[in-house]
Amino acid sequence: MSRGRAVLASRVGLIVGSIALLEILCRTGVINPLTLLAPSQMAVAMVDLLASGKVTPDIERTFSTVAIAFALSVVVGTAAGAVLHAMPRLRRALDPLLASYYAVPFFVFYPVLVAFFGLNEMPLVAIGFAAAMVAMAISTLNGLDRVPPVLIKVARMHRLGRLRTLFLVVVPAAAASLMTGMKLALAYAFISIIAGEFILSGRGLGYQIAYAYNSFDNKTMYGLMLFVLLVATAMNSLLHMWEQRLLRRRARA
Amino acid sequence: MADALAGAAALPGAAAPAAHASLRGVTRVYPGAAPVHALGPIDLDLARGEFFSVVGPSGCGKSTLIDVQAGLAAPSAGEVMFEGKPVAGKVPDGIGVVFQEDASFPWLTVTDNIAFGLRRAGVDPAEVRRRVEYAIGFMGLRDFARAYPVQLSGGMRQRVCIARTLVLQPRLILLDEPFGALDQQTRLLMGDELLRLWRETRATVLLITHALDEAAMLSDRVGAMSARPGRFVDLLKTGWPRERDSSLVAEAGFGAITARLWSHLRAESLKAMGGAPP
Amino acid sequence: MSATLVRPARRRSLALDQLLIVLALLVCWQGAYAYAGSSAITSPFATVAYAISMLEQGWFWSNVGATALAFVSSLAIASLLGVLAGLGLGLWRFAGDVTEPVLAALYTIPKVTLYPLILLLFGLGLSAKVAFGVIHGVIPVTLFTLAAVKGLPPVLLRSARAMRLSPRQTLLHVLAPAVLPEIFTGLRVGFSLTLLGVLIGEMFASQKGMGFLILNGINLHNVKLTTAVVLIVVVTAILANAGLLAADKRLRRQR
Ligand SMILES: Nc1ncnc2c1ncn2[C@@H]1O[C@H](COP(=O)(O)OP(=O)(O)OP(=O)(O)O)[C@@H](O)[C@H]1O
Ligand SMILES: [Mg+2]
Repeated sequence: MSRGRAVLASRVGLIVGSIALLEILCRTGVINPLTLLAPSQMAVAMVDLLASGKVTPDIERTFSTVAIAFALSVVVGTAAGAVLHAMPRLRRALDPLLASYYAVPFFVFYPVLVAFFGLNEMPLVAIGFAAAMVAMAISTLNGLDRVPPVLIKVARMHRLGRLRTLFLVVVPAAAASLMTGMKLALAYAFISIIAGEFILSGRGLGYQIAYAYNSFDNKTMYGLMLFVLLVATAMNSLLHMWEQRLLRRRARA
Repeated sequence: MADALAGAAALPGAAAPAAHASLRGVTRVYPGAAPVHALGPIDLDLARGEFFSVVGPSGCGKSTLIDVQAGLAAPSAGEVMFEGKPVAGKVPDGIGVVFQEDASFPWLTVTDNIAFGLRRAGVDPAEVRRRVEYAIGFMGLRDFARAYPVQLSGGMRQRVCIARTLVLQPRLILLDEPFGALDQQTRLLMGDELLRLWRETRATVLLITHALDEAAMLSDRVGAMSARPGRFVDLLKTGWPRERDSSLVAEAGFGAITARLWSHLRAESLKAMGGAPP
Repeated sequence: MSATLVRPARRRSLALDQLLIVLALLVCWQGAYAYAGSSAITSPFATVAYAISMLEQGWFWSNVGATALAFVSSLAIASLLGVLAGLGLGLWRFAGDVTEPVLAALYTIPKVTLYPLILLLFGLGLSAKVAFGVIHGVIPVTLFTLAAVKGLPPVLLRSARAMRLSPRQTLLHVLAPAVLPEIFTGLRVGFSLTLLGVLIGEMFASQKGMGFLILNGINLHNVKLTTAVVLIVVVTAILANAGLLAADKRLRRQR
């Protein structure tokens, strides 16, 4: 067995083992079933819940909010990163702000945002966008910093214009960082939108979990938690696989 | 003494009016909190079809010289010309550069790397294929046509970059230590190939190298540079015939040329490293 | 000579730039206030005035104390766990390769959804807040430490062996200086996320702390209170981060 396969097998073993351990602890009563459902029961609860269609509107609501916030943040974040890269003085001045953006719980701005946008999904879009956009901008900056200057010289030697230099040289050279930025942007948008729903909003997956918790509906709560966990992991893995495919043959050791 | 020699290139006899490329009173200072005077003042005329090499201690401004001549960096003072027109702001058509660093595109295969410039210039695909295939064979990369740079050695990557520039058929070729990552044998053979190419295309070549024998064997003229800020302390004519190859190293005059270059370089390199000649 | 002349001027221009940015933010804030009105946000001036008046009151400081205690405990636990786990996984390559993607995936899950679980496990109070801070902060610290150890050029260790350094000397003079800057960056990121975790934790798990004040203000429509507390939290977080960032840069320049 090659090392790569051994790593993969161990990883699967680790995950399956943890789940199995949890299952046993729950079934044998070591963990109080009122505290935590066994993983198999969570899965059943999740499937039942999804099949019943009760939460379909909330799922649609959350996903559309995340999708809008993600798309906006990628576009604006990349542009913002490029602008900051071109203006080193502004960048230096903004540095502490950029570095501490994730300490700011953006959802505390919810009331202001409601006043601006009204009681619809826009305040949550704005919250997800704020967190994701900065991650994208920072990754863009990192990527642009790492484009080897000699490649820009090659572009100039080939007399490429600005646009062609951008798309034929800069973007491919910064691709790894841009991908990282997109992964982070998706994760942050999802995290902060679910948090916003959980704490403040009256709709969406986050809200439903909070509601189930408050009404002692363990089945719904754990079913939804499992669903959110699976979705987050699946989204991350998809982007990761796409990234690997894109970068596979040219990772420089 | 050094200044008198440096001026030699600017003497009326040496400077033919039809110089293919020329630098006149060129200096380059890198601005910043502590400005670095990297180069010059330099006067240099390259005749059309000439093979000119530059040797000099590390950090003396050789790469800067290439950037300035190519139009990749503006001179802080002086005038840069190519084919009778001033070089300003952008790289003029007809100049090809091979950089000192690895400049291969890691996201393109060897073939696509080499075809890069031709495709951008809108050359007809059949012609692109013909030229790229020829270059791949010429550079000994045939088994790696579909490989990515990460799968190549440093020397092979450098050959990809050389090929990528040469397929453009530039009239002035600027080479910044292109054989730096190659072993001595391959280096000599590549030198022979470069000479053949130079004869066939009648291009003008400006070669930066740190190997004295390479400079002595390939060039019509060799310029030895001082420690930073780089100026020419010697410009010597080798007097070799246009038809030549690496067998020159056995020639009687060869040792005298390398010896003369080394006498300059030894003193300047010591200066560059902060020591004084004993 | 010229360098010493230039640097204070540069620093002055940076301070000026940052002042301009603060002014621009204040203008935006005032604009938001003018548009949204006092039912959503208070004006910069009123907020600062109220924040200053809060500073003189005992209840405010007892809330600050509660947050500080929870935050310091979480940060200590997250840093210790994260650095140890990162070192272990970095040195034991196989385990590192097995767990790294799992940790990265865990990092991307919305941790608020685990909140009910944490409450059930720890009950209301300090320990739940701390647990929430730790689950936010520990993964980034682990991942940064792991990357630092993995990214260590093998030639450094070979050089250490060639110089016949003892294991202690290797650790002290080669390993530690090589990985410290990266670990510090991880701790800086961990600092921010732990704070975020504690604040979120306080919003439900406790009747005390800055997070509690914020959510309480939102629920009671006490806009003055919410805005002032948010301002204090954000300014503190940014100032602390600016300090850590400066230290981070110094550490990186040194090597
Ligand atoms: N972008 C830059 N900013 C400031 N100083 C620079 C920059 N590039 C080069 N220099 C300085 O200019 C001087 C000449 O650099 P250059 O790269 O031209 O040297 P070189 O002769 O090519 O050296 P080598 O033989 O090592 O390649 C060096 O002292 C270097 O420190
Ligand atoms: Mg150089």
